[in-house]
Amino acid sequence: MIEFLLEPLEYEFFWHGLLATLMVGASCGLIGALVILRGMSYVGHGLSHAAFGGAVVGFILNLNFYAGAGAMGLLAVLLINRITRSGTIKLDAAIGIVTNAMFALGVAIISQVRAFSQSFEAALFGNILGITEGDLLLIGFVSLSTLTMMFLMYRPLLFSTFDQEAARVFGIRTASVQLIFSLLLTLTIIASMNIVGVTMIAATLITPAATARLMTDCFSRMLIYAWIIGGITGVAGMYLSYIFNTASGATIVLFGASLYCLSWLTNFLHDRYVLQNHLDGKSDFVQTTQHQSVERNEAGL
Amino acid sequence: MSTRAISSTESDVYPAAVSLTDVTAGYGPHIVFKRLSLKIDKGQFAGIVGPTACGKTTLLKTILGTHSPLSGTVLLDGQALNDIPRGIIGYVPQLGSVDWRFPVTVEEVILMGFYTGKRIWPWPSMEERERVHDLAYRLGIYRCLGQQISNTSGGQRQRAFLARALVNNPALLVLDEPTSGVDIKAQHEVLHLLGDINSEGITILLTTHDLNAVASHLPWVICFRNGLIAQGRPRDIFTNDILTRTYGGDITIVRHEDYFLIATGTPIHFSDGDP
Ligand SMILES: Nc1ncnc2c1ncn2[C@@H]1O[C@H](COP(=O)(O)OP(=O)(O)O)[C@@H](O)[C@H]1O
Ligand SMILES: [Mg+2]
Repeated sequence: MIEFLLEPLEYEFFWHGLLATLMVGASCGLIGALVILRGMSYVGHGLSHAAFGGAVVGFILNLNFYAGAGAMGLLAVLLINRITRSGTIKLDAAIGIVTNAMFALGVAIISQVRAFSQSFEAALFGNILGITEGDLLLIGFVSLSTLTMMFLMYRPLLFSTFDQEAARVFGIRTASVQLIFSLLLTLTIIASMNIVGVTMIAATLITPAATARLMTDCFSRMLIYAWIIGGITGVAGMYLSYIFNTASGATIVLFGASLYCLSWLTNFLHDRYVLQNHLDGKSDFVQTTQHQSVERNEAGL
Repeated sequence: MSTRAISSTESDVYPAAVSLTDVTAGYGPHIVFKRLSLKIDKGQFAGIVGPTACGKTTLLKTILGTHSPLSGTVLLDGQALNDIPRGIIGYVPQLGSVDWRFPVTVEEVILMGFYTGKRIWPWPSMEERERVHDLAYRLGIYRCLGQQISNTSGGQRQRAFLARALVNNPALLVLDEPTSGVDIKAQHEVLHLLGDINSEGITILLTTHDLNAVASHLPWVICFRNGLIAQGRPRDIFTNDILTRTYGGDITIVRHEDYFLIATGTPIHFSDGDP
């Protein structure tokens, strides 16, 4: 078993892929936890498509892949912010308008210049072959920045995610928090694009976070779990994709989904077990009632 | 039975806790209230009453600075909203607006009160934790500090948010509909608690649509319906005339010695044959 796991490590491309999927998986998990709590799943989906359009535009303008994707992602964030500010058009509609147009632009260009459609296959479906040291450097930088920023912004992020209106009253600049978070999300998406593919980024963001949510009711723990589960999912997906010779993004997403199912099943069985104990009269069901009576005494009302 | 306006000489010398001058607010082309002028004295415990959608929440948000008025000035303690230091306003949102499935415990909710301060470490300092525990003990929610908010009762949630609003020792406490979504006993308890907090010198402003709760607990009411109708002590304010102007329709006031009860609709007359 160990040998089986160690064998592919002899190849440099595998090493690179493993490092990349580990970092991408972990960052996506961490950012994803906030994405689902802030109700921004569709933003993640949209931004990845906008970034793809940007990468294609960048390509025909002879720009760097990441520069094009980054510029377009940034533009999408700013446009979406601008459109929703007036309040007449809701967030999901604004995302639909902006990011689909940008994605369509990329698709239109590719269909016109068929010659390079192959170079974008990685961006669409993910590819862990041929990850350069430059890619790794960028992914490492993005992972480190997201981790640092999440740590530094933990307090305002938690408050504004939980209760935006109150956070503003208490003096948190919620608009800046939202903008910084959107930028981190864009960075993460761009760094992940070639690894998992545009089509799979939304799931890479959300699935480990959703699994983490099932495992804990504590915000900080949810972030840490999502980070770890994301990393594990990335590494396991990488191995499985090597073994079965399947697309890396799809494999990572499928592995993530299985973890989610497992976690859901565990919760379900646990709840059943607790309920059964209640019915059998073995449980400590008086616990909550006790809490309440003690609390009334303390209040002294 | 006169409505006492708060424009005594005193409030000209000492700035009012809240002072609105000619404030017009609305959403896009829809104006909610026009040229409203209103002063709330320091140390006041005032309730804003009025029918649904009459602009109570909009008025609170204008005072809190989360909704920008179209025109007019809002001063808190004589200062513009941008100039007041953080933590001077405590705010308890309407419980209905909170996402109860969010993964936080009661303790984390209360700690959020500190999240605008200078500290950046995610975990709480000793002083922060102590303050939270003291407040929780005082408000009777010490036992449920570690509980998930979704597992707490309406009364406990209300107190958790109240504790969060109090951690920074605010000068002004603003609550949106604190009597909604909790049972009648919790309602009574929360208003009683607010009375205690007010007696320590904190100005309190709340909205409610429960006239009877206001009548029995609050020293000052503001009748509001897309503008100021009247303000004063409940016994002076709660007249058929003013309440009808506030709510429209039939309002009956039943007085019995010091108690009074406000009812809507026409009274039921029992015939002799009924038990
Ligand atoms: N964000 C908003 N956008 C547009 N209209 C709003 C918004 N919030 C409130 N309104 C409208 O403003 C009016 C006053 O609402 P609100 O202040 O919430 O009343 P209340 O709190 O007294 O029930 C209502 O007609 C409501 O529909
Ligand atoms: Mg309201």
